Amino acid sequence: MSDFENDFRHAKPGQSGPGVVDYLDLDTKDQTYLDANELVLNMGPQHPSTHGVLRVILKLDGEKVLGTECIIGYLHRGVEKIAENRTYAMFNPYVDRMDYVAAVSNGLGYCEAVEKLLNTEAPPRAQYIRVILTELCRIASHQVWLGTHALDIGALTPLFYCFRDREEILKIFEKYCGARLTTHAFRIGGCIYETYDGFEQDCLKFCDAFLPKLDEYEELLTTNRIWVRRTKGVGILKPEDCIALGVTGPVLRASGMKWDLRKAQPYECYSKFDFEIPTGLNGDTYDRYLVRIEEMRQAVRIIRQAVDGLPTGPIMAKIPKVLKPPVGEVYVSIEAPKGELGYFIVSDGSLQPYRLRVRPPSYVNLQALDKMVRGLLVADVVAVIGTLDIVLGEVDR
Amino acid sequence: MPEETKDPNAVLPESSAPKAPAADASAPGKAPAETAASTPQTSESKPAAPVAKPATTVKPADATKAPPETATQADATPAAKPATAAAKPAAPAAKPPAKPEGPKPEPWDSPLVAKLKAQYGSGIKEASTYVGQKYLVVDSSIVYEILLRMRDDELYDYLVDVTAVHYPKRELQFDIVYILYSFKHNQRIRVKTQIKDGAKLRSAVAIWPTANWLEREVFDMFGITFEQHPELKRILLPDGWKGHPLRKEYPILCQDQEWVKENLGIESGQ
Repeated sequence: MSDFENDFRHAKPGQSGPGVVDYLDLDTKDQTYLDANELVLNMGPQHPSTHGVLRVILKLDGEKVLGTECIIGYLHRGVEKIAENRTYAMFNPYVDRMDYVAAVSNGLGYCEAVEKLLNTEAPPRAQYIRVILTELCRIASHQVWLGTHALDIGALTPLFYCFRDREEILKIFEKYCGARLTTHAFRIGGCIYETYDGFEQDCLKFCDAFLPKLDEYEELLTTNRIWVRRTKGVGILKPEDCIALGVTGPVLRASGMKWDLRKAQPYECYSKFDFEIPTGLNGDTYDRYLVRIEEMRQAVRIIRQAVDGLPTGPIMAKIPKVLKPPVGEVYVSIEAPKGELGYFIVSDGSLQPYRLRVRPPSYVNLQALDKMVRGLLVADVVAVIGTLDIVLGEVDR
Repeated sequence: MPEETKDPNAVLPESSAPKAPAADASAPGKAPAETAASTPQTSESKPAAPVAKPATTVKPADATKAPPETATQADATPAAKPATAAAKPAAPAAKPPAKPEGPKPEPWDSPLVAKLKAQYGSGIKEASTYVGQKYLVVDSSIVYEILLRMRDDELYDYLVDVTAVHYPKRELQFDIVYILYSFKHNQRIRVKTQIKDGAKLRSAVAIWPTANWLEREVFDMFGITFEQHPELKRILLPDGWKGHPLRKEYPILCQDQEWVKENLGIESGQ
């Protein structure tokens, strides 16, 4: 048996290794549960805390998790196959349906990728509008995460607060493009809609009102004794594990890796803005919570700068009426709220993509669940699923 | 149900239809065929379209950063601007030269490629860049070694994605694509290899655990077997499903009817 198998798949009770958290040591056999070892329990797919239709098969010793297996695919719609049968412009709305709580980010990644294939770029004004909306979307996505994550752990209030404040963002989206959730806000080559009258004021008003509300969330949770006990030291991921498992986004940053595609390989006009990449120290659930909270603050900073610097000019690049990208293949990725969202597109010079592959952050991050929950309690599985911030629409595609 | 069956039929002729008019530049014939989906593009090729408010200003940014073929387009359009009717023939006229001028893959020379070529010789079939993105095409027999080497020696320590592309007309039907990223160099490389239908490839799970689910998805969607994979089984589709949907011969409306009947208790899922 290789080392890897020892580590990741077949760790048995009584074995220690990288997958086993120290403070709940499995070496000493717990006598409390007599001989009731190895109970297999099914969790989901219809389970409120699996954030959709995730099914997890838990192998338990008493209440301790010995291993998990994720069963996914309940929401599989064959997005990649659909893409091969649609034109580039027709496929654009489909991407909103993958990570539906961050539809704007999905659209941005797709438009970026096709623009790269066409060897063009959105005009500056369109880039600023894109950044403003994407950062608003990041906040909205994190609010959904915070609300549901806190609810899973037992804190009811943040859910109402988050959804109340998220409404303001959705109103801006609605006023901008008519849709709240699956926005289809961007088009290949730029934006189709000019900003409405009062867009800038709405954004700034939201920013001003949101920061105190963010403090309110923190007041409820950050020093809350129950919250801290439920999240500190739970679901630890070390940076090297993150890299090996391909985990990205806030989960990676909470492990102490200062890596954000907006800084590492800036797209759109992110290089023009001044913002920090928050990182954590321990890579546990509590740190991931802090990182995401801080990310919302940084998003507000970016929105303010973008609104202040919003240039005038066209919002659509000159691209042909019928999109026929030249033969070639590109991989373009952006920093979505959940991690690295990539699009690998192969063009054969025809109207439709020859192959379109989505690299979904949720799918790859979910793979780390097994490693994170080994040795924890069943209740912590719920916390860890929440902290990974998965959206099953994106996992299954 | 009926609209679903109608949909792809409507799509295929529609999308193949504009091919001919696009070439002979008959814009009115194209307009009704392409419906709502093409409206965004309509507004771009006529820059003074009513949708874009500030679009009336001349666009210096576009002309400067655009490659030569778009520059000619930019030259043509301001002339045609005053009369919107004249803009119509101008846009398709500028398009034909744009097509052949698509970027081509350029050979990629670097110490890394030289090193690999010295060691593996003809095993490295191609090293190119395309629109600034680097990729290596290597022989399928050495791809595992190359990946291991990329991780350990060249510090491409993060496996972003594993995916495949199906070319049914080629003898080596499948392209397997590994997208790698190096945190140290802040660079991406794609390592590609080509295999026959039915050929096996060594799994990269021993190098990157993240390859586990990614390879399972490739197996699920393309039917490519990875050897020494800890549990190679379907991931998105149910276990008993027949067929691999992302192969080109698999039609978009195809379902495993037997599976549907047996497991869902209905005649057809469509």
